Amino acid sequence: MGKKVSSLGKTYLTLGFIFLYLPILILIIFSFNESKLVTVWGGFSTKWYGELLNDKQMLGAAWMSFKIAFLAASSAVVLGTMASIVMVRMGKFKGKAAFASMITAPLVMPEVITGLSLLLLFVAMAQTIGWPAGRGMLTILIAHVTFCTAFVAVVVSSRLREMDVSLEEAARDLGAPPWKVFFLVTLPIIAPALVSGWLLAFTLSLDDLVIASFVSGPGSTTLPMVVYSSVRLGLSPKINALATIIVLLATTGVLTAWWLARRVETQSVNLPTGDS
Amino acid sequence: MSWGRKSVISVPYLWLTLFFLVPFVIVFKISFSEMDYAIPPYTDLFTWADEQLTLTLNLGNYAYLFTDDLYIRAYLSSIRIAAIATIICLFVAYPIAYVIARAPSATRNALLMLVILPSWTSFLIRIYAWVGILKNNGLINNFLMWLGIIDQPIAMLNTEFAVYVGIVYAYLPFMVLPLYTNLMKLDNSLLEAASDLGAPPWKVFLTVTLPLSKAGMIAGSMLVFIPSVGEFIIPDMLGGAETLMIGKVLWQEFFNNRDWPVASAVAIVMLLLLLLPITLFHRYQARELEN
Amino acid sequence: MTQDSQPMLEIRQVSKNFGGLTAVKEVNLSINKGEIFALLGGSGCGKTTLLRMLAGFEIPSAGAIFIDGEDISQIPPHKRPVNMMFQSYALFPHMSVAQNVAFGLKQEKNKLSKPEIAKKVLELLTLVRMQDFAQRKPDQLSGGQRQRVALARSLAKKPKVLLLDEPMGALDKKLRSQMQLEVVDIIESVGVTCVMVTHDQEEAMTMANRISVMHDGEIMQVGTPSEIYEFPNSRHTAEFIGSVNIFDATVTQLEADYTRLSCADLHVPIQVEAGVNAPLGSSLGIAVRPEKITMSQVKPELTDNWLTGMVEDIAYLGGHSVYYVKLASGKRVMTIGTNNDRHEQKVTWEDTVYLYWSITSAVVLYR
Repeated sequence: MGKKVSSLGKTYLTLGFIFLYLPILILIIFSFNESKLVTVWGGFSTKWYGELLNDKQMLGAAWMSFKIAFLAASSAVVLGTMASIVMVRMGKFKGKAAFASMITAPLVMPEVITGLSLLLLFVAMAQTIGWPAGRGMLTILIAHVTFCTAFVAVVVSSRLREMDVSLEEAARDLGAPPWKVFFLVTLPIIAPALVSGWLLAFTLSLDDLVIASFVSGPGSTTLPMVVYSSVRLGLSPKINALATIIVLLATTGVLTAWWLARRVETQSVNLPTGDS
Repeated sequence: MSWGRKSVISVPYLWLTLFFLVPFVIVFKISFSEMDYAIPPYTDLFTWADEQLTLTLNLGNYAYLFTDDLYIRAYLSSIRIAAIATIICLFVAYPIAYVIARAPSATRNALLMLVILPSWTSFLIRIYAWVGILKNNGLINNFLMWLGIIDQPIAMLNTEFAVYVGIVYAYLPFMVLPLYTNLMKLDNSLLEAASDLGAPPWKVFLTVTLPLSKAGMIAGSMLVFIPSVGEFIIPDMLGGAETLMIGKVLWQEFFNNRDWPVASAVAIVMLLLLLLPITLFHRYQARELEN
Repeated sequence: MTQDSQPMLEIRQVSKNFGGLTAVKEVNLSINKGEIFALLGGSGCGKTTLLRMLAGFEIPSAGAIFIDGEDISQIPPHKRPVNMMFQSYALFPHMSVAQNVAFGLKQEKNKLSKPEIAKKVLELLTLVRMQDFAQRKPDQLSGGQRQRVALARSLAKKPKVLLLDEPMGALDKKLRSQMQLEVVDIIESVGVTCVMVTHDQEEAMTMANRISVMHDGEIMQVGTPSEIYEFPNSRHTAEFIGSVNIFDATVTQLEADYTRLSCADLHVPIQVEAGVNAPLGSSLGIAVRPEKITMSQVKPELTDNWLTGMVEDIAYLGGHSVYYVKLASGKRVMTIGTNNDRHEQKVTWEDTVYLYWSITSAVVLYR
């Protein structure tokens, strides 16, 4: 596409960004509100941050969510990368169409359906083979790995398709066995996609309320579940404080990753192209 | 097939089969059983008595869905709300994607980043933010009353309007992204050719840009529509008791009534309704994979 | 062409800057009605930018463009009486061949009726011999067929000037030479004035009546194909069009009907016809095309214009061979020998040979 943005376009874009960011900005501002009312300003205070840090339940849930998200993202990157290689590099095989649908369907599947179906699976498995014995961190982890795998697969396979196949062919031609080709050539080239896939999976897992509510058990309460039960009781500045911390962490994380990726990109593809 | 190839295929294949496909079979099975006050709270389809295996299929759950008009209304209003929200989203997102795709390449990435960035923070908390903005003594009403435009607060929270706002807000990036990808792929020389052949800018847009971005519009719409139909958090937090959506019904059936078989039947019917849009989306994804 | 009739296309002092970069520098050109004119140059020479300014996709930073006497520099592309055939053809993938060709006709202010448009589309498709493919989509056509459709589409509105951007760029070599003549036939049968951009000298020489050689945003030389080849005015043009040997020489003797120069590569002076436009002692380039040089194993009985060296390399090309002769000074000189005898290879590697040329063969290069 072209390179001209009209002033109308700029105005529209600005309005779009105000729509996207104003609610978050308001949330942050009222996290410093002295008053317990989240919509009326009562003076500056950081007391809600203090209360947040003393909330044992909240901290415990946050730690639980963090552990699950870390493990789920890491496993999903492995499974998702394998799935992308199967999709992009393995050619045709029996059942590939079914495999492709199992990768794309979780992207749009309503969470209530995924949550319910996984719960019923875990119950049925516990009944027939006695595993998993109870529901808790493990079942949440399995559920998260499953839907995160689909997202990682989308991110990684798009990078894999862009990659020049002749690089892999050159490595094979020079005598490297398939697994070595993957670890020495493919993996380093698609590494940025693995990082963004991991970050995406981590965020999705950290963010999930619905699926976790279905498959969790006693003693495995995640952060979104605590937040949900707290906001059901009404607005609380403590949640605003939590939101501010999450926004801060997510923004730094994403911007750092983005900056790193851009630096790598500008270093490698800064070649002049095109005609006069 | 070599051993290595087989194992690379089978690991993700088996995982997804066991944890994505098989669960639907079980939901399907349980939708035909009866609620029972036991653990687990449903009856078994197969019974072993008098050396005979008996299969009891109970269609009562499905019959129930169609007799109590709560369910039919919930399905219909879910589809209606999701469809309207998707269309609003498309109209809001298209110009954003268009302007970003036409921006100079240096700022393009940064603008796209700004669109995606909110999605990296908690979905729940972003919806929660709108509660404070939309409620009767919330920011919008306070502001309008302060300006003197209104003297009674306008009820916005716990209405369908709030649900539209929530869906558009939360799903906007999912609409912008495929549209942007699609518009970026659009060959600039096609636009120049249309203009060279005498089409003024608005006509270039209608005759070339718009038809060629159809795939992106379909993908984006499906990415918004399908999850919106089964959305729980948004109608629960913003829609109030008045707004009927099937995701909320399923949740209540499961957690409040503890009726797993009916919840399963609700899920199966929802899945059937979404089969066509999911297939559409899958076809687009598959085409993307090929190119 | 009478002297007083005005040119169809006139480019006056046109420049284009992108940021700090000058892509096109003060270009002046005047192109006559019915002419096929080629802008020839390497990548980055500004030829494409100049073409895009004619189409209206770029606005000149300075200067003006006149078509049929009217200044069109500020008119947007969709209002210009100019149509372009794009390098990639830019056929609309969602429209059939017929719809593509009809697109321009449908945009006209006094729109033709549907049957009239259909009739015109058929005429155009017949002109390019694509009438049997009217309902096909572009992705169901071969490269050559796409090009014909693109040509028909750009001719549909009867433009005053037809622009061709690297017309053969997307075709393979064999199809290229066939299509070059076909496209010229079609353009000449329609009688449209045509400006084409190409980096391929052979294409420019085959298709165009006149060629302008561009380099670094400037026009180096304008002329007919043979003028450009036989009388290059600069080292760049001489080297860009065909192969050439260039000797650095100093003027030693200036007469009215001949000039003598000394060159370190030769033991004897170089002599060119007529006096050169430079003072004694000035340094000039002397260009001699390989096919103008005669090779012999016998020392020629000449006072000027010969040199000697050893055959370093021979490139056998079928009809002729190219000989690379290394001089004592280290310079390599290229010459061509016709292979008119099937068995005998008179000259071979490491042979000492004498090369000479006539006084009329060398061209003086001032810059």
